[in-house]
Amino acid sequence: MSGTTGAAASERILATISEHLGLEGPLLPILHAVQAEFGYVPQDAVAPIAKALNITRAEVHGVMSFYHDFRTEPAGAHVVKICRAEACQAAGADAAVAAAEKVFGTALHGTSADGKVTLEPVYCLGLCACGPSAMVDGKVVGHVDEKKLGKIAKEMRA
Amino acid sequence: MKIYVPRDAAAKAMGADEVAEAVLREARSRGIDVTLVRNGSRGMVWLEPLVEVETDKGRVGYGQIEAADVPGVLDGSSDKALGPVEEIPYFKGQTRLTFARVGLTDPLSLADYAAHGGLEGLRKALAMSGEAIVKEVTESGLRGRGGAGFPTGIKWETVRKAEGAQKYIVCNADEGDSGTFADRMLMEGDPFCLIEGMAISGIAVGATKGYVYLRSEYPDAIEVMNAACDIARREGLLGASVLGSGKAFDMEIRVGAGAYVCGEETSLLNSLEGKRGVVRAKPPLPALQGFMGRPTVVNNVISLASVPVIMARGAAFYKDFGLGRSRGTIPLQIAGNVKYGGLYETAFGTTLGDIVEKIGGGTASGRPVKAVQVGGPLGAYFPVSQFDTPFGYEEFDAKGGLIGHAGLVVFDDTADMRKMARFAMEFCAVESCGKCTPCRIGAVRGVETIDRIGRGDASAIPLLEDLCETMKDGSLCALGGFTPFPVMSALKHFPDDFNANAKEAAE
Repeated sequence: MSGTTGAAASERILATISEHLGLEGPLLPILHAVQAEFGYVPQDAVAPIAKALNITRAEVHGVMSFYHDFRTEPAGAHVVKICRAEACQAAGADAAVAAAEKVFGTALHGTSADGKVTLEPVYCLGLCACGPSAMVDGKVVGHVDEKKLGKIAKEMRA
Repeated sequence: MKIYVPRDAAAKAMGADEVAEAVLREARSRGIDVTLVRNGSRGMVWLEPLVEVETDKGRVGYGQIEAADVPGVLDGSSDKALGPVEEIPYFKGQTRLTFARVGLTDPLSLADYAAHGGLEGLRKALAMSGEAIVKEVTESGLRGRGGAGFPTGIKWETVRKAEGAQKYIVCNADEGDSGTFADRMLMEGDPFCLIEGMAISGIAVGATKGYVYLRSEYPDAIEVMNAACDIARREGLLGASVLGSGKAFDMEIRVGAGAYVCGEETSLLNSLEGKRGVVRAKPPLPALQGFMGRPTVVNNVISLASVPVIMARGAAFYKDFGLGRSRGTIPLQIAGNVKYGGLYETAFGTTLGDIVEKIGGGTASGRPVKAVQVGGPLGAYFPVSQFDTPFGYEEFDAKGGLIGHAGLVVFDDTADMRKMARFAMEFCAVESCGKCTPCRIGAVRGVETIDRIGRGDASAIPLLEDLCETMKDGSLCALGGFTPFPVMSALKHFPDDFNANAKEAAE
């Protein structure tokens, strides 16, 4: 899929931008809102954002690429983030990551061949006393292991 | 019948939402009247979901509850009963000042908040001059709980005295350090406490606008904080006239975007302004030229949330707790491979060994403790031989470490410390903002050098030490400057893990 959208989408982009123009430092809120709307930040959104904020497209690109959260391409239907930070490592995160790669059918940073699951590392979900932890479509899960992840994968593919 | 099922993310991660649904379902089928309160967490994470039932003997707890246990909880016949929650030794042993209401009250009930001592500090502050408020906070000895330990009152005084048509209070809620979750627990469990702390700060220094920069990895905290701000605005706690005082203060929640370095205050300010989260050189201090180039207080969640109790009960009360120059209480976060993981608020001064062995109960795996990383990914690994170190800013500094945001991550003897040192460098390389060379390039070279050591090249060890010195002295902020702490402490205390030949011989 390319990062371009149609005419209807460009109206949605403009509406999203104008909702946030009154804020001090509106760029991150705009990028978050566009991503919430489309699932990623389409290439088509960059020029109107730059114009509305009176900055260059390069500056918008620079900000987008600085932060891990912003996507330039749509993710899979489900997003699984698995914590790789120290506290989870102490509780067996390496095994959990290996199990996740196996049950979801993709390596970290990738999307499964059927497009169902994007698997990403995350560095701390603040669930450090019930690790290894994960976040599945925005919902937190503690003590993840192959059994728990397998159940989640099965539900996603049901 | 009143039943409490936490809404805290750690409780949810262990199934609290399913338990809450089961409570309502079971109550309906029995035709009994149940009031379900989604409270914060008591901090005993290993017991989550910890369900509490209000009885004439106080609140009785049931630990590690699953949906199937709910009928037994309603009957009072469950074998998972723990007795009165506040009598559980882990809870009873604490001194809960900042976390006094977390787990106790309904986080989104302002009435409940006020009934448990909330707003007392703000009411007192509203009757005082800005100068007097700052003096009270300075005298309490409160130091930045984000990790730097800078005296909060002195920072406030700089902003109070600064000239500026608009000043700001910025709350650093970018709690990215592994092993820490105090900010998250407070925001999810007692959001009005942070709002009150920020309002007091605003009134003290003459700032009318506040921002909470909250990391995107905390969707539950974002939801609670936004809801709490709406309620606070509706009830007149925030707005043009705070509690009818005629003094204005309002605030917004802003969401981060997954950059660890944005926990550094100047990088956070750039991010808040809509820029790349690149670190700024200091001076100018954010206190004088912060958000939008204007005078700004940047404080951690726990620093700001400790202000209401200081104002309500007085500087002397707060200052009375603690050790040396570390005054008051600290919410320890005990995490990783540990039996009783959770949050434990206590006065400064408990030794590391007591925290890990007595409070935390040792490892969850039952194996011996090998190392404890204190203060997040930039904190040193402490070996068991340093377990006599009392928990305090200066005490940890003297041992080549730091307390940071007071997170402790416990590792058992299966941990490979060379791997952990490599991870520290790798993490720094991924998260470096790129502004200064020692961090941007040094971290990459650090990974390569540790790999050389791993291949048995002992001549790379002095190189690694030299590189760490350069990063420590030459980096612009704590990311590059403190990454040497975990690396050097691992190398110093666990040399065998870096010696490939010794390791092979052992295997």
